[in-house]
Parts: sequence; C-alpha cells; structure tokens
Amino acid sequence: MSRPEELAPPEVFYNDTESFKYTSSTRVQHIQAKMTLRALELLNLEKEQPHFLLDLGCGSGLSGEILTEEGYNWIGMDISPSMLATGLDRDVEGDLFLSDLGNGVPFRAGTFDAAISISAIQWLCNADTAGVDPKKRLLCFFNTLYSSLRRGGKFVAQFYPMNDSQTEAILGAAKVAGFGGGLIIDDPDSKRHKKYYLVLTAGLSERTVNLTGATMEAPVMNKKVNKKLLRKMESGKDFINRKKETMKRRGKKVALDSKFTGRKRRPRF
Amino acid sequence: MKFLTTNFVKCAVKGCQSSTESFPLKYSDCQLVQEEQEYNPEFLVHMLERLDWNAVIQVARDLGNDSLPPTKPDSLDPIMEEDQAVLKDLHTLLVETQIVEGRMTCNNCQHVYHIKNSIPNFLLPPHLC
Repeated sequence: MSRPEELAPPEVFYNDTESFKYTSSTRVQHIQAKMTLRALELLNLEKEQPHFLLDLGCGSGLSGEILTEEGYNWIGMDISPSMLATGLDRDVEGDLFLSDLGNGVPFRAGTFDAAISISAIQWLCNADTAGVDPKKRLLCFFNTLYSSLRRGGKFVAQFYPMNDSQTEAILGAAKVAGFGGGLIIDDPDSKRHKKYYLVLTAGLSERTVNLTGATMEAPVMNKKVNKKLLRKMESGKDFINRKKETMKRRGKKVALDSKFTGRKRRPRF
Repeated sequence: MKFLTTNFVKCAVKGCQSSTESFPLKYSDCQLVQEEQEYNPEFLVHMLERLDWNAVIQVARDLGNDSLPPTKPDSLDPIMEEDQAVLKDLHTLLVETQIVEGRMTCNNCQHVYHIKNSIPNFLLPPHLC
C-alpha cells in the first residue's frame, strides 16, 4: 500500500470522502483502538484518579472514543476540517481544535497530565509548502508540547516512520526539547504488524512508563577488532581481493574481477 | 468548546509565546449553549488546582457573567455533602457551558481566532507561522 504521506498534505488528503472511508472502516477502527489501548498501557496512568489528556492528530475521534470509555477527559487537535466534521457528527466527548501541530500546541504551561498521538506525527516530517522546514516544525511542536505538559507528564505517540532518518529526526527534536525516553517497537520481526511507539516523559515522574514486554535493545557496539586477527580470519578469496585492491590503488595492472576470481583450478581443466 | 478549555488555550503565534498578554484570550460575539454532561466531581477537584481563577473571572465577564466570587473555591472534597452545591455550580459553568460560535482575540498581537460549530480554528496564516 502506498503511504498517504506521499500523496498530499494531511488537510488535503483527508477530504470528506477519505475521512468517511477512514472512520467507517471497521479494520481501521480496530487497529486504532488497539493502538490507543497500547499507548494508554505504556502511559501507565493511575486508574483511580481523573486525568486530562491531549490527543494530537485526533482525526474523527476514533482514539478519543477509547479515551472517553476509559474515563479520561481529553482535548483533540487535528489539521483536517473534514475529519473534525466527521468527529462532530459522531458526537465525541472531547473538545476539538482545528490546528497545525507543526505550529505548536496552543495551551498554557502545565495544562495536561499526559498526551497521546496515534498515527499522526510522521506527517510533520513532510514539507508541504515552499519555505517550510520540517526540522523547525518538529522542534516547535515538541517545545510547545513540553511546556503544555505538567512536570512529570508523559507522551506516547504511535507513528509510521518512512525511514530511519525520520525516526532519528523525531527522536532528536524530542531530545532537544527536553524530553527523556525513547522508542519502543512492537512486533519488530513482522514487517506488517511492526508498530513504532515514541515514549517520552517531560521531567521526572514518580510513576514511570510501563515497559513490561518490551525488550531493551542497546546499540550494537562495533568493537575494534585486531587487524591481525581479522587477517587470520579472512578467506582465500577475501585475501586475493584485498591484495588486488591495494595493487589497483598503487596503479599496477590487475586482472579484472570475475566470478572465477579466487577459485581453484580443478584437475578437469 | 467547553468553558473549561478557555482557561488553558492561549495564542498560537510564536511571538506571543513569551508574552503574558497572550492568555487568556478575549472572547467576543459568542453564542453559548448548555449541554448536559456527566457530573464528575473528582475530575473537577483535580482540575480546580490548575485553574487560573483570574482568567476564569475575566472570560466569564467577556461572556456576560459578573456573578463569580473573586476568590477561587478551595479545599473542596468530592465526597462531602456541603461542597456538592459549589461543585455542581462549577460543573455547570466549566463543563456544561459550551461556546458554539464566536471570536477569540489575542491581547498581545490582536490576531482573531474564529470558533465555528464549537471548533476553534487555530490555523495560522503563513506570515505568522
């Protein structure tokens, strides 16, 4: 399936027909509900206490409905008027805002206990109009989000990065804004069901995020291997290729590389 | 948009972020609607501590209500019988009162945000981004 992010800006892509299709599809509803519940699980909020949440990229309120069901009060923000109109028709509980996340979150400091975002922030990595810098937009978004969260507030965002550089840009911007935390990948082995969750905390929190079931992946350390040991381990073919490379670099005449390079001459020959 | 939300929303323009004038916004030409909502005293008490009461009074005055007490009601208990009346009033004001149509103006940059169908429009023109 092609990525909607590559087709058009969000406010154009999610027009009336597309928002209707999106909201009425039971498959989408199911996936959204599952991801929202997973995000809430990661947030690890106290069940007994009331909370005030922000839903970024709420769309037609599919995720918001789950929040209401779970007993949270929330405010939703989205850039697509059609999606919000669909949300109004569906009579969602939370307040809806028509707003561009890349221009920041217009709430005063310490408003929210937590924030979630389902399948939205990858849109921020696109430059939809001339003179727009995705990096600046990401930074503006994370900066304002940081200040609108209570100290110790948490933010969990499920998103679909196009490539590693997008993930890096998002993580980098979050770090610059002052967030602590990182990335959790659910089902890392399955290409279809792989889901990325950005899990961030603003300041220290007495209740940390719920990381049960997540395996920590430390960056693979490239230990410097002894050169002598490396030479010992290399095969005959590697040896020949290495020698040919050095000779080529010195300007010597070297036989062309082929599939026969480094092969033995059998007696049949 | 619920009345409660007015106590948190501020101007989205970048230049106004450090200004104290950008909150609360000035509300004018507003159409209000009372919509019945579930009464949740725990949530009200939870939100009460982070409310800016001066802003509540100011916005209420913008919307034509001068009868609010000048100090914030505090140490309310959601279980106590005698606090129920105050909490019910707060519930009616903060949660059930909703702005359907209207305008919000930033006191710092004078930018006007419109509320339509109870959805405020915070999209900024390119020169303000």
